[in-house]
Amino acid sequence: MSPQIHPVVEAIGVSKRFGSTQALLSVDTALRSGRCLGLMGRNGAGKSTLVSILCGLLGADAGEVRFDGEPAPPVGDIGAWRSRIATVFQHSMVVPQLTVAENMFLGDQPRHRGVVDWRSMRAETRRVLREWDFNVDPDVECVTLTVEQRQIVEIAGALARGTRILLLDEPTAALERDGVRRLFERVRALVAGGVAVLYISHHLEEVFEICHDVVVLRDGEVVLTAPTPTLTQDQLVSAMVGDVAAPVTAARAASPAARVPRPALSEERLAVSDIVATSTRGSLRGASLVVHAGERVGLTGLLGAGVATLGRVIVGAHGYQAGTIRFDGRPLPPGRPDAALAAGIGYIPEDRWLEGFVGLLGISENMTMSIARRLAGRLGILTPSARTLAARPLAEQLSVVSRGLGQPVAELSGGNQQKVTVARALASRPKLIVAITPTRGVDVASKELLLAALSDITRATGASLLLASDEFDDLQICDRVIVLVRGQVFTEFTEPPYDDEELIAATEGLVPVGRQ
Amino acid sequence: MPEVREPETTNTTELSAAVEHRSRRLAAVAFVRGAALLPVLVVLLIIGSAVSSDFFTTSNLAGVGQQISALGVVVVGESLIIMVGGMDLSLESTFGLAPMVAAWLMVPVAAYGAGTLWSPVLGILVLLAVGAIIGLINGVMIVKARLNGFIFTLAMTIILAGIQDGMVNGQSLFNLPAAFTYVGAAYVGKIPVSLLVTAAIFIAVGLFLRYHRVGRDIYAVGGNREAARAAGVRVDRVRIGVYVAGGVLAAIGGLMEAGRVSSVASTQGYQEGIIFNVFAAAVIGGVSLRGGRGGMLGAACGVVLLGLVQNILDLGNVSNYWIEAIDGGVILLALMMARVVGGEVTAE
Repeated sequence: MSPQIHPVVEAIGVSKRFGSTQALLSVDTALRSGRCLGLMGRNGAGKSTLVSILCGLLGADAGEVRFDGEPAPPVGDIGAWRSRIATVFQHSMVVPQLTVAENMFLGDQPRHRGVVDWRSMRAETRRVLREWDFNVDPDVECVTLTVEQRQIVEIAGALARGTRILLLDEPTAALERDGVRRLFERVRALVAGGVAVLYISHHLEEVFEICHDVVVLRDGEVVLTAPTPTLTQDQLVSAMVGDVAAPVTAARAASPAARVPRPALSEERLAVSDIVATSTRGSLRGASLVVHAGERVGLTGLLGAGVATLGRVIVGAHGYQAGTIRFDGRPLPPGRPDAALAAGIGYIPEDRWLEGFVGLLGISENMTMSIARRLAGRLGILTPSARTLAARPLAEQLSVVSRGLGQPVAELSGGNQQKVTVARALASRPKLIVAITPTRGVDVASKELLLAALSDITRATGASLLLASDEFDDLQICDRVIVLVRGQVFTEFTEPPYDDEELIAATEGLVPVGRQ
Repeated sequence: MPEVREPETTNTTELSAAVEHRSRRLAAVAFVRGAALLPVLVVLLIIGSAVSSDFFTTSNLAGVGQQISALGVVVVGESLIIMVGGMDLSLESTFGLAPMVAAWLMVPVAAYGAGTLWSPVLGILVLLAVGAIIGLINGVMIVKARLNGFIFTLAMTIILAGIQDGMVNGQSLFNLPAAFTYVGAAYVGKIPVSLLVTAAIFIAVGLFLRYHRVGRDIYAVGGNREAARAAGVRVDRVRIGVYVAGGVLAAIGGLMEAGRVSSVASTQGYQEGIIFNVFAAAVIGGVSLRGGRGGMLGAACGVVLLGLVQNILDLGNVSNYWIEAIDGGVILLALMMARVVGGEVTAE
């Protein structure tokens, strides 16, 4: 570090405390022009807090933020911060009902004599989009754009204000493989052009691919700062996880299905035939599959292939137009989650904020929501202590970290919220667990823990598992993997471990070599 | 209070004890927030005593109790609907129409009745049925037909009030049977029966919300409808159910009002504009218009607050022409004070 040239932005001894939680403890980090810095850490390690402080949404309790060696503007002066640093958050901040041009200049529209200057707004948007080689009409509403296109609008809009610093908070979470590749090309081009990038991700391989340096946070403190090429994946993981690394790797080693003798195929638990359903998440055009008792089946495909839709149809969260679903030989009515639950299906939804929990209510109440009828007496009386009693074993099994089981779930970190969602599905002792991308947005250690828990519980209780995911790592715990292409079953892999290349080819609808 | 970071390394019994302690503490915090208005009520009692020596008398306070009882029962109904994430403007018309239909079937033709001369017991059953049917229509149309709750219940408000007016040609119905007016008019010792019934309803609904499965479902559905659905809660049933309960409670409120004034006027409810006070009481009491938050203790405090303010203004000889402006100002003030005392819970 040369003392003459200041980093474009640096945090010096930044600390932040929320109530009893020390979110950050004297964190030092710096972004330099033309470098991409990866920020890693488990859920709750303080990444989001650091991002909020760096982009001026939160003030630090101690320490300071400097831009080019100058003190940062006061917290709350959003305009001043935005002219220095551009942030693209994990959750899209695009307003879907507004046009591309309006979103690009949200809160900062060009004005002519006090009224919005639409003409120069459109012209400027067109110019920026051309720079990005991105061909959309500035007047089109963002609701019609794909997730990737919306993200480009966000990044381009953030940078259009002339800043040379870009914070990307888990930008690949909602992207398909090709979208990720294109995003990386764009980020590389920006970095080559002298932009400083802070890249936050849970994915080790992404960090190794595009980051020059890595900084790792653990419990609010910087535990590692190093150039990426000098590190191995294992070093990075152990820095993030700390001393709990050992049991986690053990869980990982135990989980692949290959190590367990395949159960003899017993009776059919779930039989789905010729399901037709329309959905914005990917429509189904006659999908059929069977899950046997005790079997763990993976389901994967491209974003619009209908993987999530099929999972949602089975648990009753989404209706269908044609086809049948039979569970233990009995038909399941369409669009009735309560009926699916009563029949013995546990549901771990894709979007936990939307379907996973009630944020205002406590942990034990959320965990036992699926079994409230069972817990309650004949008169329907259900005391909070009865719920806590029922929830505690699950909370301990999944190592939910909280201030107590009455704590509202909205206050928990993302990984712990996901554990609550999983516990809610497991509480009903289901005969089939349907999990849709259960590890999305969950850090490495929690991810291993979740997969190990799913694997262990299905083995211990004899429950079947239907795991819909586009993370190929997750699918390794499955006995077989079904690949959907455009709403239909395309092919099936029955021999774990599954090869990523073959899976990718299959999701694209290509018949792998040596298979027919 | 250190965060429990690694439960697997912590002694389990110690952890359980800590968990127990914390959930009790959280419950205590929730109670204090629900009662955020209590200091405001104390201040009002002091102001009331200063304004008039008649204020702190049994007869005056009993009168206040009787006045707020009818409103209070409607507030319980509206709170349930708001907590589940809906709204019902038509409760004020149910408040008028349900007793009107019942009275119409009970009083003679000469007194503008239908001449059927039904018994008071039958009349009260009809009243409850009218409330339930209106609530059911609202619930089904909003939940199943997916009509906007605000617009649909606004239309219902006007339609129902029109029926109330039209069926008796704008007349008021007097000579109600004593059994019909009992709940609204009678006293047990020095305490109005209506106040006892309303208090019982508040307590019963409060316990139901805390300790009954369906009561908890109301919070779950109001807090996150999709999550509740995914957890197997019969969301549509719960939502329709609270509209029905709201209709029945509004009808009971109307019964109390009819008893208190010994008649059913064609203006009862809608033309008195009681729905504004209903919403004001619920929101001041911490029931979130976004759903999922609030409780009966807060709602009860909101009702008492409105009643005390009205009473103090009456006793203080405030000019009739100014009473509404001051009333509105006090409601705003109470809302802001509740916000300060109650914190986030009373934010929306």
